[in-house]
Amino acid sequence: MVDLTPNRGMTPIVQTIAGWTKGLVFLFGIYIVLFGHITPGGGFAGGVILALTFVLMTLCCGKESALRKMPMHIAAELDSVGALMFLVIAWLGVWSILGGTFFTNYIAKWNRGLPYHILSSGTIPLCNIAIAVKVAVSLFLVFTLLVMTRVIHKPNE
Amino acid sequence: MHYALVLMLFMIGLYGVVVKRNLIKIIISLIIMETAVNVFIVMVGYRSGGMAPIMQQTMATETFIRNSVDPLPQALVLTAIVIGLGVTALTISIAMRLYERYGTYDVREIRRLRG
Amino acid sequence: MLELTGVLLLFMVMAAIIAIETKDLLGAVISVTAVGFGSIIAFFYLRAPDVAIVPIVVEVVVLVILIRATLRAGLKTFIGNRPFFGYLVTVALLVVIFLAGIRVFGGLPAFGDPVVARIPDAPARAYIESGLEDTGATNVVTAVLLDYRAYDTLGEATVLFTSIVGAVAILRRKARKKPSDPEADEW
Repeated sequence: MVDLTPNRGMTPIVQTIAGWTKGLVFLFGIYIVLFGHITPGGGFAGGVILALTFVLMTLCCGKESALRKMPMHIAAELDSVGALMFLVIAWLGVWSILGGTFFTNYIAKWNRGLPYHILSSGTIPLCNIAIAVKVAVSLFLVFTLLVMTRVIHKPNE
Repeated sequence: MHYALVLMLFMIGLYGVVVKRNLIKIIISLIIMETAVNVFIVMVGYRSGGMAPIMQQTMATETFIRNSVDPLPQALVLTAIVIGLGVTALTISIAMRLYERYGTYDVREIRRLRG
Repeated sequence: MLELTGVLLLFMVMAAIIAIETKDLLGAVISVTAVGFGSIIAFFYLRAPDVAIVPIVVEVVVLVILIRATLRAGLKTFIGNRPFFGYLVTVALLVVIFLAGIRVFGGLPAFGDPVVARIPDAPARAYIESGLEDTGATNVVTAVLLDYRAYDTLGEATVLFTSIVGAVAILRRKARKKPSDPEADEW
């Protein structure tokens, strides 16, 4: 066997290819998030692609590799940060100078920007980023938890 | 015709939920029902010969308004898919805990051992 | 194009029947993923590229989780349904529901003729017409999701957060007894 680290993922061929591609997949996810208001995509699609990077690392190199990049407590905090970011963006609209209602697109009222440019459509890209962080970290958390859990019958417990 | 096929997919999932005894089979049936509902909601907004609801720079706005499919069901389904993943993860974790407790995925065994 | 969607739906129905009726649990898990990927291609044919990107990853994650729950259990497969009479009643009831559903779906607009094309006052028509002026976003689905109907997205985030917290609470190894317990933070 060439594999020097048993029970730590797949063969070195798969691990090397995954090491090359995981950065590209992450970059593609960021692109999908940032251009979500112009092209197909958005927070949900980009978020699940960002989570796919960690799923790839977990499947190919073992869960330690993914947990080294993003430990569990940081993931749990980022989950809350994504949700809070979305709420803060929404609450700023309640401020009467900006609009007066929840979820007002106050930046678009002030300056809509040029269509087909990345700096356009007000709060929508910011909301996209918040949703992407939330979805990506949630998916990573639940995937890692379910993969880590061993299903063993323990009748005496 | 198309709606009948989607309804048949939904009924297959409902049959699995009602009849099957294995917890994993029941979760699989729930996933099938969810897929059927998502496809149905997107199908309601389809316009024959239409285009995706994304504007293009080279296209006149009038053409877009006349040809675009309904964007509202797509937006609703987009959230429903992610929620479906959360629900599936929750049900699978409950099934794993039940296996740890009872040593089987059989629904009837689990029911018999209660209390 | 309509025929292709019909063929895809037929494929999904067959994969669903295999997933429900096969005795091999691993085969059932792979068949349900086939249903999901069939739905992805159907989304592309139904002109919904926004929706089609998301379930690609979701299906992969569900497949891995289900295989993990199925394989490591040292699984005893068991065959058999409910007792015969109850089974018969259930199937008869499902057939009745199916026929009633066919009648109900007959009242819907025909496939390929949505509300937005028939009624001038439909809300979706306003989104299509004035989405660019109102929000500046050229992707109308994102404009609906994060501007017109952002409450829906907020509710979705809440539901996702709740379900993840529920899964974490169920799967955590030991209950947290004392806040000062050093082992309490172990996942």
